[in-house]
Amino acid sequence: MSQPAIEFKGTNFTLSVIHLQNNDLDALNEKLMEKVAAAPSFFNCAPMVVNISKIETELDFDKLKQIIEDQDFVMVGVTGCRDKAQKISARAAGIAVMTSGADSKRAIEPQVKAPKAETRIEETKLVSPKRLATKVVHGQVRSGQQVYAKDTDLVVIGSVSNGAEVIADGDIHIYGTLRGRAIAGAQGEANSKIYCQQLQAELVSIAGNYMVDDQLKSMATGSQSISLEQDQLQFKALTITL
Amino acid sequence: MAKVIVVTSGKGGVGKTTSSAAIGTGLALRGHKTVIIDFDIGLRNLDLIMGCERRVVYDFVNVIKGESNLKQSLIKDKRVDTLFVLPASQTRDKDALSKEGVAKVLEDLAEEGFEFIICDSPAGIETGAIMALYFADEAIVTTNPEVSSVRDSDRILGMLASKSKRAEQGLEPVKEHLLLTRYNPERVKRGDMLSVEDVQDILAIPILGVIPESPAVLKASNSGEPVIYDSESDAGQAYADAVSRLIGEEMPLRFLEEEKKGLFSRLFGG
Ligand SMILES: Nc1ncnc2c1ncn2[C@@H]1O[C@H](COP(=O)(O)OP(=O)(O)OP(=O)(O)O)[C@@H](O)[C@H]1O
Ligand SMILES: [Mg+2]
Repeated sequence: MSQPAIEFKGTNFTLSVIHLQNNDLDALNEKLMEKVAAAPSFFNCAPMVVNISKIETELDFDKLKQIIEDQDFVMVGVTGCRDKAQKISARAAGIAVMTSGADSKRAIEPQVKAPKAETRIEETKLVSPKRLATKVVHGQVRSGQQVYAKDTDLVVIGSVSNGAEVIADGDIHIYGTLRGRAIAGAQGEANSKIYCQQLQAELVSIAGNYMVDDQLKSMATGSQSISLEQDQLQFKALTITL
Repeated sequence: MAKVIVVTSGKGGVGKTTSSAAIGTGLALRGHKTVIIDFDIGLRNLDLIMGCERRVVYDFVNVIKGESNLKQSLIKDKRVDTLFVLPASQTRDKDALSKEGVAKVLEDLAEEGFEFIICDSPAGIETGAIMALYFADEAIVTTNPEVSSVRDSDRILGMLASKSKRAEQGLEPVKEHLLLTRYNPERVKRGDMLSVEDVQDILAIPILGVIPESPAVLKASNSGEPVIYDSESDAGQAYADAVSRLIGEEMPLRFLEEEKKGLFSRLFGG
């Protein structure tokens, strides 16, 4: 018996999603350039999906694709198409039209909270990775240093300096000031969270949803817990009011 | 046991050589047999500040290459007899140093009964700076109160924790000291410079001293006499305090506030 030449299997992937706010593609271009400049290695050839659900008017899909690819991203597809006409123009430009798990679930079961962050290409359950012991760093993570907690959470008992990077596949807890970059849910775990006693970060990211310096400053300071809700980073002060 | 202390910074021109000369001299003045080694191969600066540039015959690289012995290369200070300088070569390039060679020199110095071996590091984070910090037991991280200098110091602290011999061999970590130099309280107050608290908050290591920005430093280096001899000057006194703390004495920090202006200058904004 010969093996089939190819096999089709459903798998989940975690992809970064750009939420297009309006039809101004030049503005998008500028924004992307800024992001890439701020974190060049972070985005290198990253696969990207563009959510176009907010676009009311006709979109130039060819130009969109060009802009994304010019910044060395790989354009995987668009999601959030409004109507058939839009889907057809997307396909005409050679762009895949994707339906995110969030979209389809919401359509069927409007009451249920949409699943977070991952854009689901197939409807299969995400197999949770095996949990290892939390990685603990005693002392500062200094400029130029990188710490990665693979398949687990990361605890830093100290501060994370400007120019330092802490990465975890799970949560990140910083008992000190976060001045550098913190990347939680690095393999796409959207339930991951970041906790810190002082937020002055250069970048925070959860499951590929990130925010950089300038935006962050306007969002929050002080002790924070950062989580992901519907592809948006949420900031909550780490204080309990009784 | 000889204690190897590196004076390092990452960023250039922050006052490493000034501090190596002042602190080395201060330790010797207190009776400790001390040698200051210039690791800034190719530049030669320490001998000028120590005022012994005309007595250099053999240098650090000569010793490492076996072209001279240690005794021939060590320059005995003219003012304190417990102080020696091992000058850098002006003619060689940085690659002239090897870990094995440096290790041998440090061992021989310890055998000679030196208590303190001060290593004046070159700027940067490359081979030369790594070579200077590799064998350190303690590090004096010299920092100016400004963002770029603090970042570089942070970077160097990371290297001390990962690239030093102590780190590589899993020994007790290098003991870290923060030396804040060229501190200008007036500019701190105006917000042009970081304060002691700001810097300590970022670097999170114990403070060895705060050396004020002072015209006495330039005067001292022009005359080839380490500023610690200028006991009238604020910088001289601040270095003397730092030396006391280095050997374990408790000392309150001084020179953190602007000097009070007299009535005259207050009236006329002088
Ligand atoms: N406290 C101070 N007040 C005023 N000037 C200072 C002070 N400390 C250092 N300087 C001046 O700063 C300059 C650089 O000092 P120094 O050579 O000691 O720095 P360095 O860190 O050894 O430099 P390099 O990285 O080139 O080796 C010199 O001109 C010195 O006179
Ligand atoms: Mg120097």
